[in-house]
Amino acid sequence: MKTQTIIALKFLLIMTVLTGVIYPFFMTGVAQLTFRAKANGSLIIKDGKIIGSELIGQKFDSTIYFWSRPSAIDYNPIPSGASNLGPTSDKLKKQVVERRILFAIMNTITDTTAIPKEMIFASASGLDPHISQKAALLQVDRVAKARNFNTIQKHNLVQSVKNLTEKPQFLVLGEERVNVLALNLELNKLDQNITNNK
Amino acid sequence: MNEAIQLILFMVALAALAPLLGKYMAKVFMGEKHIMKPVFGWFEKSVYRVSGIKSEEEMNWKTYLYGVLLFNLFGFVLLFLLQILQAYLPLNTEKLPNVSWHLAFNTAMSFTTNTNWQSYSGENTLSYMVQMLGLTVQNFVSAATGISVVLALIRGLTRKTTDSLGNFWADMTRSVVYVLLPLAIILTMALVGQGAVQTFSHYVKATTLQGTEQVIPLGPAASQIAIKQLGTNGGGFFNSNSSHPFENPSPFSNFLEMFALIIISASLVFTYGHYAKSKRHARAIFITMYILFAVGIAISLWSEYSHNDVLNVSGGMEGKETRFGVMNSVLWSVTTTVTSNGSVNAMHDSLSPLSGMVSMFNMMLGEIIFGGVGSGLYGIIIFIILTVFIAGLMVGRTPEYLGKKVEAFEMKMAILAVLAPSIVIKLFSAIACSVPAGLSSLNNAGPHGLSEILYAFSSAAGNNGSAFAGLNANTVFYNLMIGFGMLIGRFGVIVPVMAIAGSMAKKKITPVSLGTFKTDNWLFVLLLIGVILIVGGLTFFPPLALGPIVEHLLMNLGVTF
Repeated sequence: MKTQTIIALKFLLIMTVLTGVIYPFFMTGVAQLTFRAKANGSLIIKDGKIIGSELIGQKFDSTIYFWSRPSAIDYNPIPSGASNLGPTSDKLKKQVVERRILFAIMNTITDTTAIPKEMIFASASGLDPHISQKAALLQVDRVAKARNFNTIQKHNLVQSVKNLTEKPQFLVLGEERVNVLALNLELNKLDQNITNNK
Repeated sequence: MNEAIQLILFMVALAALAPLLGKYMAKVFMGEKHIMKPVFGWFEKSVYRVSGIKSEEEMNWKTYLYGVLLFNLFGFVLLFLLQILQAYLPLNTEKLPNVSWHLAFNTAMSFTTNTNWQSYSGENTLSYMVQMLGLTVQNFVSAATGISVVLALIRGLTRKTTDSLGNFWADMTRSVVYVLLPLAIILTMALVGQGAVQTFSHYVKATTLQGTEQVIPLGPAASQIAIKQLGTNGGGFFNSNSSHPFENPSPFSNFLEMFALIIISASLVFTYGHYAKSKRHARAIFITMYILFAVGIAISLWSEYSHNDVLNVSGGMEGKETRFGVMNSVLWSVTTTVTSNGSVNAMHDSLSPLSGMVSMFNMMLGEIIFGGVGSGLYGIIIFIILTVFIAGLMVGRTPEYLGKKVEAFEMKMAILAVLAPSIVIKLFSAIACSVPAGLSSLNNAGPHGLSEILYAFSSAAGNNGSAFAGLNANTVFYNLMIGFGMLIGRFGVIVPVMAIAGSMAKKKITPVSLGTFKTDNWLFVLLLIGVILIVGGLTFFPPLALGPIVEHLLMNLGVTF
């Protein structure tokens, strides 16, 4: 029995070193050599400043931007989380009604059932970076108007939404989606080009 | 259409690859030549040398069990200490304070029992040091413990007139070195390639387009996520687990993680077939699990896509991620609860009532439809023993399993293993429903509130770890109750299982005769399914009726709480 105790202690120590130190350090080393940008959080850096991560959603509620999904944590990632409201929650029911109305009014939509579901429900992580293509297209009019775009510019914007739409991976996996931060960066770029041309 | 293709792809891949990995594991544990031996063989030997393990020395069931308990006790103490001392330890980039004693108790229990229930939220509670030396290590060794225990049981069932059940330390070493580690290395790289983070950097501060500050958490996440999926652990690096874009960045990473969480448990069934020299028996067990799994998926998908009159929506997206969509969220929720993984890519609390019930029911059955790594197989073997016993009663013969007589002692132990988790679920839920400390943590009212409590203890007792996460579990009451629930759910099963292994090993094998009840045909599959559902159904129908079923009916009437 005494030998078992010693073996147990030694074995725990060895496993801690192997799986708790060597394994994560080795994997970090390989990851940093092979996929450096991804391993460090797919950060987007502009003019030397970090403006976010490709994978982490940001809060967009201004009229001049495409909106991201509702978030239970208001896109503050420490810590990530969801509403966890159940299917018969009165609070959720009210939230859904409010979000439907707000989205419909702001984007002049008459049929509220046409609003994509992700725009009226909060995500699981609170950091969902995506919305559907439809949800983006429904916002084009508002965004274009808020930025005083002419018809050609608006047409380019629609084109950008389509260009930035990610198809299901390998054609079958997951859903078609648009990265909101990427889209809004593109939007700013379009706006800039216009100002420069003027 | 895409939904159907993804579902079929997953189910076909599972059925196709499980026999292959099962065969590989049989080679590993039977000590035959295999492809990883030249790569890691030197490592296996050095582990033995350094710890003083005599790998050829076989143990009887008591010695084996003693090793299991002792090792898990030490693991628990180490993880507990790492947490309550984390402020004084290195690699604490965000200067996080020491973890409270009750949260540290809960998390240490959670990870040593392979439950990986999250009372903690990774990004603002645990340092990189604790995530690696504590959680990642237990992810490996608790899974290896499950494999070791089932190997001992398998040897007990397939050997004759002996005391020896193998060497616990050798089984542990081989599980980690030849099975878990190689798969984890491959999966880590795949996940990083998709965008999962793997770094020791500080959290970064970003200034968003709208001009606010956003702190982006980082860490050595991918390496931990890989093993938390493979080892049916499921405790997240980040609070929102595999819904977090850094844990599960893309549909492909989602597919891989979902597949990883079930493949080892499924493969072990075939490993058993090699030991028992009956591939047909293994196939019968696999088919039983596969049918129950498929039915669960069907019910859950139907419920989630049905119209919710309260919210006026079908296939709601509350607590789901756009990149995965409804189908992948539901498929994951069933997959993670039939196995005792418990990681989530969508919030189960926000699933439709009957989808949530399917998840809960999977856990209440005792995590035997594939189940945890190792624990799922020893769990279903308990049910098989019940089945042959009942079949024996029906025809008036002494029941036999794999040619061995099943007698009073085995039945007592089997019943104990079935009852221990059930008692936790019902008794602990009842206590939580009757004290203010239990009710004040609820996030939802009405029947859904009962479901939150019921889910928590089902998850604890089944060593699953997923949650109706609205329940605020980081309180002294829940940390202790769930902590003890996990302890009973794990070792309340392991101890009787080892006792069965010991007593079965001693028995003779009687040759097959005309009167032998066959355990490799459809009749057996149907009987086994029947026993599983009757035991699970009868035990848990009343509380399920009061929780999710009532909620479903009220939802259809448009009632809210």
